[in-house]
Amino acid sequence: MAADGVVPAAVEARGWGWRHASRLAWALRDVSFRIEPGERVLVLGASGAGKSTLLHGLAGVLGGEEEGESTGDLLVDGAPAVATRGRAGLVLQDPDSQVILARAGDDVAFGCENLGVPRAEIWPRVESALEAVGLDVPLDHPTKALSGGQKQRLALAGMLAMRPGLVLLDEPTANLDPAGVIEVRDAVERMLQARPATLIVVEHRLEVWLPLITRVIVVGAGGVIADGAPAEVLGAQGARLAADGVWVPGHAPATPPPPRSAPGDALLSARGLAVARVKGRPVATGIDLDVRAGQVLAITGPNGAGKSTLGLTLAGLLPPACGALTASARLADGADASPIRWASKDLLTRIGMVFQEPEHQLLAKTVRDELAVGPRALGMTEEEIAVRSDELLARLRLDHLAAANPYTLSGGEKRRLTVAAAIATRPRVLVLDEPTFGQDARTWAELVAMLAALRDEGSAIVTITHDIDVARALRAERFELGGAA
Amino acid sequence: MTVLDTRARTGAIAAINPVAKLGVSALIAVPLILTLDPVSASVALLLEFVLFLFAGIGWREFWVRTWPVWLAAPLTGLTIALYGETSGVVYVDWFVLRISEGSLALALATMLRVLAIALPSVVLFITVDPTDLADGLGQVLRLPARFVLGALAGLRMVGLFLDDWRALELARRARGVADRGRIRRFLGMAFALLVLSIRRGAKLATAMEARGFGAPGRRTWARESRFGVAEWMLLAVGAAISGIAIAAAVATGAWNFILGPSA
Repeated sequence: MAADGVVPAAVEARGWGWRHASRLAWALRDVSFRIEPGERVLVLGASGAGKSTLLHGLAGVLGGEEEGESTGDLLVDGAPAVATRGRAGLVLQDPDSQVILARAGDDVAFGCENLGVPRAEIWPRVESALEAVGLDVPLDHPTKALSGGQKQRLALAGMLAMRPGLVLLDEPTANLDPAGVIEVRDAVERMLQARPATLIVVEHRLEVWLPLITRVIVVGAGGVIADGAPAEVLGAQGARLAADGVWVPGHAPATPPPPRSAPGDALLSARGLAVARVKGRPVATGIDLDVRAGQVLAITGPNGAGKSTLGLTLAGLLPPACGALTASARLADGADASPIRWASKDLLTRIGMVFQEPEHQLLAKTVRDELAVGPRALGMTEEEIAVRSDELLARLRLDHLAAANPYTLSGGEKRRLTVAAAIATRPRVLVLDEPTFGQDARTWAELVAMLAALRDEGSAIVTITHDIDVARALRAERFELGGAA
Repeated sequence: MTVLDTRARTGAIAAINPVAKLGVSALIAVPLILTLDPVSASVALLLEFVLFLFAGIGWREFWVRTWPVWLAAPLTGLTIALYGETSGVVYVDWFVLRISEGSLALALATMLRVLAIALPSVVLFITVDPTDLADGLGQVLRLPARFVLGALAGLRMVGLFLDDWRALELARRARGVADRGRIRRFLGMAFALLVLSIRRGAKLATAMEARGFGAPGRRTWARESRFGVAEWMLLAVGAAISGIAIAAAVATGAWNFILGPSA
């Protein structure tokens, strides 16, 4: 299907670098490589190594001088990347922020419109793009009704309809469940068969992409650290990449030892529980489960099964839609048996919750104050608070950031901070919503080790997760929440 | 999210270009704003109800969508009755309240006016799809695409903001700070929502740019926004409603031009 005359693009970086206007350090520096038309390249590097910046640069969306400073050249087909918009198509990590219009067909057509493609030509392009990514929905299908994997395939189709010679994928599967990951990977494969293009993909979890790619480029502080065939680069650099947080096959992160003692009593019991975020619209029903001291309970299931809603209900934040959620006398400790009736302050020592989006729960201006929010609400003295905060700062390697604004932390640091803030008041039960989502291998290993330690101290842990490895590493009891059955 | 509903509607008016609906609302509203009398508003209101029959919505939905208007109109009337300009016989005179013949007439005129202006806007816009409106504004009225589509894409984020707000509320309870300090907490949540929306907005802008939004060169439109016979007919109906209403007011001597010398 090269009848439309689209040919894969050539890419070249010559001593390229970029510094965001708000930062002192360069995101990337002295990057040089040449990618021939039709190559399929995986770009690797530690968190914060500037991989996304490179893709944004190639897509020409980094912005002008007010956004940052650049050095060297970044060329697509020999011309500066900024001047070749439309030649490169970019798909980003977050499925929700990429849906632009309300109807699926309109969304795919959006890029063609912007490039000035005549109307008569747009709709055939839309149809063939949707077909290429295997998204079989009517053109007027509401985009908000799509799953995460479908939204990413819609974004792929929107890019494909623009007929780019260079396809740029920035962690396109980081926010998806295992089924969604495979969905998107297969769609990319099919797309490249239908329309050959140069591919550059950034991804932490590389076993998914290895079968598809022909070359690996590793970027880091000194520019390009390694460049070559996948087997060769991973053989020579595997251990180092794994230490930097990349998921390298054969270099799985360390996992903690099994629990030291058998699970204790049930602290929370759900019987015939139905959960709902909006009154009168239950998303899951008939749930029977026990949350035990000294044990990890992993709640798994497909997107939209109501896992987060169940988590919020177990945490005493949402009222049960039906059935009962009962706290044991030991957990209730004099309060009502029903957690939703507890005061906000009473939750602190009983059930802690770590939200999926750290920004939802950040309250203070510094990392140290963030840890003090709970203890202060409990009326602890400043000395006690200082002791407790210091201990947590050291334990979670946040001590060098004590005075930093929580909003400025990296994704992994924010995650560690929100967990630390939740355990600062030593709740007997800790509920976490997708704690390892989108995290690199290093943060993953740290979180798992921390949860194992809490479990062995006798806390009950509930973790909602897509990540089967987390459940396995923590020797978790599994609770599978079905679909909308 | 009601503003984001995209379900197909039936009825003669539902399929008409949103720009024409915008136009007809203006055609009805402008003359009614210029006069303050009960006759023009009553006539317009009666004629509008004939128009509503073709709007493609059921009575149930009509009441569900328009109840705030039915509530606001009598309240506006009541205020005018109590505090409006006094003339003629005074019925009640107590402290600052003074209900008179004149203020009652004014109250009735105002109430009918609120209904006659607000009802058609609400009813016509129930059947407006935001995407179609953006197409119309861009193609028929030739407003800048950057502005129109930016607003359209932003509108889609309203649903996400509602989810964010709920999560912020629950998170405050989880952090142990939801027992008191309601106002302070509200301000904190408003700030957090602002930060979240700026981030989402920046991401959306990048996603749009990555699809060539704002690229040099002329943009095309995938969906044609037609402005044909049906649209002109709807505008004519709007013009007729205001024309008949004004004629009736002038003929009965009730016309009361708010900018001119009072009768």
